[in-house]
Amino acid sequence: MKFASEFRDPALVRTITLNLRKACRGRWKLMEFCGTHTVAIFRYGLRSLLPENLILVSGPGCPVCVTPKAELDRAIYLSGLDSSVIATYGDLVKVPGSEMSLAEKRARGADVRVVYSSYDAVALAERLPDKRVFFVAIGFETTAPSTAAAVIRAEALGLRNFFVLSLHKRTPPVLEALLKRGTSVEGFVCPGHVSAIIGAAPFEPVASHWRRPCVVSGFEPSDVLQALLMLVRQLEDGRSEVEVEYARGVPYHGNRNALKLMDQVFTVTASEWRGLGEVEASGLRLREAFSPFDASAFIDRDIVSLPDPPGCRCGDVLRGDISPSECALFRKNCTPENPVGPCMVSSEGSCATHYLYGDR
Amino acid sequence: MCLAIPALIVEKHGNLAKASIGAVLREISLELIDRPADVGDYVLLHAGFAIHKIEKEEAEETLRIMREVLE
Repeated sequence: MKFASEFRDPALVRTITLNLRKACRGRWKLMEFCGTHTVAIFRYGLRSLLPENLILVSGPGCPVCVTPKAELDRAIYLSGLDSSVIATYGDLVKVPGSEMSLAEKRARGADVRVVYSSYDAVALAERLPDKRVFFVAIGFETTAPSTAAAVIRAEALGLRNFFVLSLHKRTPPVLEALLKRGTSVEGFVCPGHVSAIIGAAPFEPVASHWRRPCVVSGFEPSDVLQALLMLVRQLEDGRSEVEVEYARGVPYHGNRNALKLMDQVFTVTASEWRGLGEVEASGLRLREAFSPFDASAFIDRDIVSLPDPPGCRCGDVLRGDISPSECALFRKNCTPENPVGPCMVSSEGSCATHYLYGDR
Repeated sequence: MCLAIPALIVEKHGNLAKASIGAVLREISLELIDRPADVGDYVLLHAGFAIHKIEKEEAEETLRIMREVLE
């Protein structure tokens, strides 16, 4: 068992597709929250297998896409400080800030490095004692524990030149924010690897209070189709529960070890989301005890951010209100080579995915 | 960004391990894992950290459910 190819078996996919067609009698609109799911759905052409009466929309589950320009501008500001080295994940460097992206800053001489792991950023700080390494930490709960581990390691090593700009965000509060705003989405494919950390239980209010079924899904084609089948069956039966399709990846109550570390280093705070505004309890910032590692301390002035370029509808796309092709800029002024908004930059952005694979 | 892939542990020294992802070998950290993993075990690997040990029985149970044909 390799835990991958078995779940890509065409015969298995066919069985689930037939089951889904049989089960889906009503007309249902579902959302896949997670950008990694969006990519899987398009890469495997899963939309073309769905019954006509099952509508699937992409949600705000792309960390780079939901990071507002003001937060990007803070990272870009740090890159201009003396002896500054920016370490971050590849997806972030190309996203345009108010004036330019981190990649453009690098082209003008800033030291901006892409890391694979948070520990690579710590190692960089060890290797460059005369520099200040700013780790721009982006990602949902899947990634936040690894940032926490990096802070703990930097402390254990006695590093005084390693700092974290936390752009981390939490998923359950934003699902609820989406519901509070009002959405026509009737059920959610919930993120599998976020849930590997937080478990499935945090989605319970979505199912019980908001009456939207939730199914935590894996990322292989059979996983996503099976999760859709489970959602459809709940809707057809009039049930609204939290179910886990991705049993091999998700303990219902999460990864206690990772949650503990995350809680040791971070405290929950309000956070700004592109397209959704400020969402209570949806962000993570370093606790007081770890303030020596907080990069925010270096941002000692107000940074004025420019509004999004006219016509950019990333916010509407992130809420699932429109499909990328409904944005007037899509494919015309906005392409992966010349992106206007972040949804076209990130490899997991809805717009980039629709651009690469076509609308269906 | 929330991509995690199954990786096979081939060497282990405390919380450090070497894992194979297809033909690629990588150093990974076991500090965030939820249950103890050893050489020969598969883990979900995200950004250099094993975040979950995969159990064969759980995967097999899912495959069994998936193969059921609805009436």
